Amino acid sequence: MKRIDLLVAAIAMLAAPAAFAADDTITIGMTQSQTGSLNVDSVAQYRGFEIWRDEVNGAGGIAAGGKHYKVKFVSYDDQSQGGRVQQLYTRLIIQDKSDFLFSPYSSGLTATAAVISEQYGKIMIITGGAEEKTYTLGNKYLFQVITPAGHYLSGALEALHSKNPKARVAFVYSDDPFSKAVVSAARDQAKEAGFDVVLDESYAPSTTDFGPVVNKIISARADALFGGGHYPDSATLARQVYDQKANLKWESLLVAPGDAKFASLGKAALGVSTGSQWELPVKFTPQFGPTGTEFAKKFEAKYHIAADYHSASGYAGAMILQHAIEQAGSVDPEKVAAALNKTDATIFFGHIKFATDPGDHGMQIAHQMVVAQWVEDNGTLSRQVVWPRDAASAPLLYPIPSH
Amino acid sequence: MSLFGIIASIIDGLLVGSVYGLAAMGLTLIWGVMDVVNLTHGSMIVAGMFALYLLTTALGISPYATLVPVLVGGFFVGLALYWIAVHRVIGRPPLMSLLSTFSVNLVLLGLGTALWGTVLFNVPVSLPSITWQRYTFPGTHILAAVLTAVIAACLYLFLYRTRLGKAIRAVAGNRQAAELVGIPTTKVLALAFGLGVALAGVSGMLIATLFPFTLLSGDAYQLKSFIVIVLGGLGNPTGALLGGIALGLLEGLVTPFIPVSWTLVIEFALFVVVLVAFPGGVFTGKRA
Amino acid sequence: MLRRPCFWVITVLIAAFAIAPAIGNNVELRESLVLATVYVTLATNLNIVLGYAGYVNFGSIVFFGLGGYICVYLMGAPGWPLPVALLAAGAAVSVLALVFGLGILRLRGAYFALATIGVNEGVQAFVENFTPFGGSSGLYLPVTMFKPLGGPMEALWVVYFLLVAIMGVSLYLSYAVKLSKFGLGLLAIGQNEDAARVLGVPTRRYKALAYSASAFLPALAGGLYFFKSAFIQPSDAFDLTFSTEAIVIIMLGGQGTIIGPALAAYFYEELRGWLLTSDTFSHFQLVIAGSLLLVIVLFVPGGLMGWLYERWPRLRSVLE
Repeated sequence: MKRIDLLVAAIAMLAAPAAFAADDTITIGMTQSQTGSLNVDSVAQYRGFEIWRDEVNGAGGIAAGGKHYKVKFVSYDDQSQGGRVQQLYTRLIIQDKSDFLFSPYSSGLTATAAVISEQYGKIMIITGGAEEKTYTLGNKYLFQVITPAGHYLSGALEALHSKNPKARVAFVYSDDPFSKAVVSAARDQAKEAGFDVVLDESYAPSTTDFGPVVNKIISARADALFGGGHYPDSATLARQVYDQKANLKWESLLVAPGDAKFASLGKAALGVSTGSQWELPVKFTPQFGPTGTEFAKKFEAKYHIAADYHSASGYAGAMILQHAIEQAGSVDPEKVAAALNKTDATIFFGHIKFATDPGDHGMQIAHQMVVAQWVEDNGTLSRQVVWPRDAASAPLLYPIPSH
Repeated sequence: MSLFGIIASIIDGLLVGSVYGLAAMGLTLIWGVMDVVNLTHGSMIVAGMFALYLLTTALGISPYATLVPVLVGGFFVGLALYWIAVHRVIGRPPLMSLLSTFSVNLVLLGLGTALWGTVLFNVPVSLPSITWQRYTFPGTHILAAVLTAVIAACLYLFLYRTRLGKAIRAVAGNRQAAELVGIPTTKVLALAFGLGVALAGVSGMLIATLFPFTLLSGDAYQLKSFIVIVLGGLGNPTGALLGGIALGLLEGLVTPFIPVSWTLVIEFALFVVVLVAFPGGVFTGKRA
Repeated sequence: MLRRPCFWVITVLIAAFAIAPAIGNNVELRESLVLATVYVTLATNLNIVLGYAGYVNFGSIVFFGLGGYICVYLMGAPGWPLPVALLAAGAAVSVLALVFGLGILRLRGAYFALATIGVNEGVQAFVENFTPFGGSSGLYLPVTMFKPLGGPMEALWVVYFLLVAIMGVSLYLSYAVKLSKFGLGLLAIGQNEDAARVLGVPTRRYKALAYSASAFLPALAGGLYFFKSAFIQPSDAFDLTFSTEAIVIIMLGGQGTIIGPALAAYFYEELRGWLLTSDTFSHFQLVIAGSLLLVIVLFVPGGLMGWLYERWPRLRSVLE
């Protein structure tokens, strides 16, 4: 071979991998709350994303339009504060050139991020923002994978109704967008179901002393408590309700009981229930991707803790995006958005379908929640699915044992 | 709400309020003695909370046995803080001392966040509680109030019955005169600062036996301390204790009747009003 | 004023802010400069009260937040156009500042500082309970709000130029005040309030005017900032960290000077932006801000400009 041909061949061989790598990466941008009050659940959500990314890259990347795309994450700490979120998402889009976005954790932060993602026309997969209002402002690129806020407590209300249709119900909830949206729907459902709503109060999200409000619950002679907010306040409320011997027969709090850490409350955790986006015992037959058991095993092997619904939501959201890219055969936002709009699939997480009307575009309309409750078996606490009955892995614990 | 409910609310308010008072005592002492607003106060309260958590989980010490170590540790931390941030700015315009303690606070918060994050910490303390009608007063609240009373009494004895205490009060009254009489005022100031921080730390330790906390909890208690010393009068530790109890009483009286979320608005409104109308404090009858 | 070199230094600064991102439609640069202009505006206006008169306003963010809320609210339900809503917000906040100010400006030193914190926290707690302002959930502006300005992309540019204009007005205003009799009075109050009063300076009126005036432009800036964000909630609008940083910036640049806070605001914002996204350092933003402030307070109370003036006394006649 002539020298010059060798040289050309050598250059071509050196240049080729570079060209290959530069073109075929998808960048997904997001913020997480590594610090701040939303830390616990945000990290759980991120783990779901992470484990998906490692799997996908290990299998050679996402296959679309004849090419294979490796996935790269760019993520910043939003410190659980809305002010940083907009700045960071703008940076993710402009400087880091993200192709797609994942939402931050919590409805409040998601709402601010959505403004930016819509301004720049980027698809954002939402796995941590349940409040409905965000989707009613006229968007084209938001896709919510989890069940909206209004349904968080419906299962728990139905479960209570099956045991005590005339219960005296108290709503005590955090004054934040998510919890308010949940309780606003729950309140209407409670009244329709014929419950007697004896207390209805919100508290500042930063509250640490629930003593006064627990006294009000006791004074109102409530049988059941619904409410809470995110992890710190729901957990504290549960503890103080127990310490002050409110002796409630039924207690459904948001978010915290869904986390394995909740068991550290000991006796105070017994009988507390929550609306959960996913629990291991509920088995769906997936059309693609792993089963629930497979996902849980992989997660536990990597992180040495049990998977909770936040991690599952993260993983599910990422899976759905991948599926849409594969269906669209391209990474072009319009084509992927069209594919997402057409999604109607069942995965380990449940049935996923998005609303496509401009009035509520992106809201999740197929996924259902279950009620998970902490029950005791031979002295050990564990979280089981108790409602709906056909998905239950343990009988409903009612009333909560008094002490 | 029933009468029992209201009474229960008031009693619990008094119990918790006394601990607020203890927290404020340290702040007011420092302000009274050296005209410095210690904006690291909140961080020192949190430090006390962390001390409780670390000592009980790492060393397995029983919660209330940490009281003396926290007091002593807080004192030395206070001495260090004095030499780092306060010594150079005594006597300069108040802006400077505000900013110097404030900046140290930022550094402490930043380091804390980097090291421990802002997760919720919980120290489970279980004591027998007293139940009356259908309301329960947790044993922890009662013990915390009792310990507060004991510490406040000790502080009073110290300030009014010991030479060192008299020296502190002398310096608070008139530093130059005290210097002239031979009191080593710089050392006394450092001591007073250490004492103030020790009080903040121990109040944090007691609060942590009642409620869970995060690194950022100090802010809320610092604000409550400001409200309390404004009620009680600057430089007046007894006033601070009374002010704390008054604040607790207010919270207990108000919460049965209005939504809990309005309590903060009322407290801040009260704060600003009292500051403007009673600059010397409500419990002293003095005018600034 | 036009003959003074400082005036032209300010003008060059403003031109730089306006022109730099416009070259080549540089959206990245614009985004990082938006926050810088807000910081300069907040610091420069705070300087009037803090730098000249020596009153530490810890809660100056309340003007920014309230301005944002009133503007966003008026553009939402009542549907007012942006310029009108902005001016209404500015006027309303100035009036409120005057009212509050008359109350708390009777206090001195640390008492005043604490009262400003109380005002900020109280207003935040109130807004969280105030349903017309959306309570703790906040207020949203639908994307259609940007139509009158030509769509979201164009609107972001318009907002930026307006923010630069407000920053410019703040700088000119601050300079004009410093040169005026009013400013002299404020400086006298900062030196020794009682002596100033005895010598005939109408201290009460001047303080109230300064407090109210220092509220107007930050309120406008707040209105624009939250319009651009299309979303406002209490925890963002009344974040004490912001006013803290404004104080750090003033001390960093040199209390009472004009160029000082402007330069310091720019550098601080760049530092902060870098820290925000750096993996190792994003938690250290507070540590660095705090250490910086401590060093300045203990060793260089005159800030950057103070240090420069000591080295090169001639600069005093050129810059302010």
